[in-house]
Amino acid sequence: MTSPPDPFDQIRERISGYILSESTFRGEISFAVGAESIVECCSLLKNTLGFTYLVDVTVVDYLTVKFPRYEVVYLLHRFGENYEENLRIRLKVALEQDDPAIDSVTPVWSGANWLEREAYDMFGITFRGHPDPRRILMPEDYDQFPLRKDFDVRDRESSKRSFERALDEGLE
Amino acid sequence: MERVEIVTEELGTEPDGTRKHTMMLNMGPQHPSTHGVLRVVLYLDGEKVKEAVPHIGYLHRGIEKLCEDITYQKCLPYTDRMDYLASICNNIGFILAVEKLLGIEDEIPERAKVAEVIMFELGRIESHLIGIGANAMDLGAMTAFLFCFKERERIYEILEMVCGARLTTSYPRVGGLPMDLPEDFSDTIRNFLNIFPKTLNEIDSLLTRNKIWIDRTKGVAVISKEQAIDLGITGPILRGSGVPYDLRKAVPYLDYENYEFDIPVANEGDAYARYLCRMEEMRQSLRIIEQALDNLPDGPYIADLPDIVLPEKELVYTKMESLIRHFVLVYNGFETPPGEIYHAVENPKGELGYYIVSDGTGKPYRMRVRGPSFVNLQALPDMVKGGFVSDVVAAIGSIDIVLGEVDR
Repeated sequence: MTSPPDPFDQIRERISGYILSESTFRGEISFAVGAESIVECCSLLKNTLGFTYLVDVTVVDYLTVKFPRYEVVYLLHRFGENYEENLRIRLKVALEQDDPAIDSVTPVWSGANWLEREAYDMFGITFRGHPDPRRILMPEDYDQFPLRKDFDVRDRESSKRSFERALDEGLE
Repeated sequence: MERVEIVTEELGTEPDGTRKHTMMLNMGPQHPSTHGVLRVVLYLDGEKVKEAVPHIGYLHRGIEKLCEDITYQKCLPYTDRMDYLASICNNIGFILAVEKLLGIEDEIPERAKVAEVIMFELGRIESHLIGIGANAMDLGAMTAFLFCFKERERIYEILEMVCGARLTTSYPRVGGLPMDLPEDFSDTIRNFLNIFPKTLNEIDSLLTRNKIWIDRTKGVAVISKEQAIDLGITGPILRGSGVPYDLRKAVPYLDYENYEFDIPVANEGDAYARYLCRMEEMRQSLRIIEQALDNLPDGPYIADLPDIVLPEKELVYTKMESLIRHFVLVYNGFETPPGEIYHAVENPKGELGYYIVSDGTGKPYRMRVRGPSFVNLQALPDMVKGGFVSDVVAAIGSIDIVLGEVDR
């Protein structure tokens, strides 16, 4: 399927200004990108290089394993001409532990809306400029971020508080 | 009833001087047509939907978090509980992801791969039957629903025969199948292949040219091609909007490139187009199953990888070494190379992706599930805006969501 000129070379060349590093594992290519240029890089990838389909946005919390602590992962897909190419790349953005925030890519792909909301809900990453920055799976008044590695699974206090509040509201 | 309330957003004044307001209507989480615990807050102008806001999370169990503390083998039963209408497809997707992480795809025996294809396509038929049947029942066509359920029962019987469970299958293992296929496997499936097209034709004759069904679904819940791609929608909804994107062809797994089948595409992007796509996909699945059954080879059903695969039960009871190996594998799990992979399969509802980050131990450091229903449900507000309340029911049914997967 890969024609003689490697499609990744073209991509690499066009977004070289944004790439900080690159890695490949099991044939999947990942580019590390700076947090400040993520929207620029994504619009370039979408509008010029044809990555029209955003597959996934997610976060990995490396707590003590790696520094900086958070990594926001974007998975992009290019259909190619006649939907035959089907190329995938991954963008990774490292974020600091204190007040992790990044610009939202919802202006580029509206499908990022819920994916970023989930990332906020689970990891507490703030997506600047998000049109609807609410929690999505957890109760709206919940004050923890459950998928963080330092989340205490045995601490039921916050869930209990939400539950009790919901009960009180129901009784009114 | 006490949950219905008036929001004082003025819409204008009637000729006789009465003022109009939007009404907020809470649909769900306990509503028969929301397929579980979906809650949609509708803002209405009479019968017209001005705004729809889905609220999800009622079934959130934190599967991603749970999987961080258990070995890879033990994650498998959790994947059943996501899209529980096609749990076998979730299982196989997860197993393939772990096999990719381990880099053992080439060691999987042919028999296991072909059997997985058969099971996967049975899962697709099973899910589409519920998708169509429930959608039809929501719109009043009870008979089609009963026909669908009757056939689904046959698939459940096959699943029970092969893996011992009907709904929560937890079937293949990393490396292949946990046990050999039952002796009458081929005959049972062939029997199903003979019976099923007849029922499919019956469902077809009940719905495809049914005037009420067409009135309720044609031109309803329309989503354009550009919108669908922009929202990241996959599965029959994307194909119903004219994009011939199917992971079985796009990024083949399980040797799907060796099977002959077509990707049904419709261009209208409405609920009826999605229905037609699902119907045709079931026929194509039958084609795949038939080809797979013809090529089902004999031989080993699980890879010969002592570091990963559990030893045979008989050896565990009789040999010390096997007992130790069994203990270590169950207790610590198999070691995985550090790295991260994303593996996606074409689930009945769309792209189901597993993003696994491994730190080299027997437990996933992070397991992310990209559920198709979760992303597809995002399209609901766009689909129903400007339509009638009754079309919301048709829209939810045609997206074919499973809340177990939306909330995970």
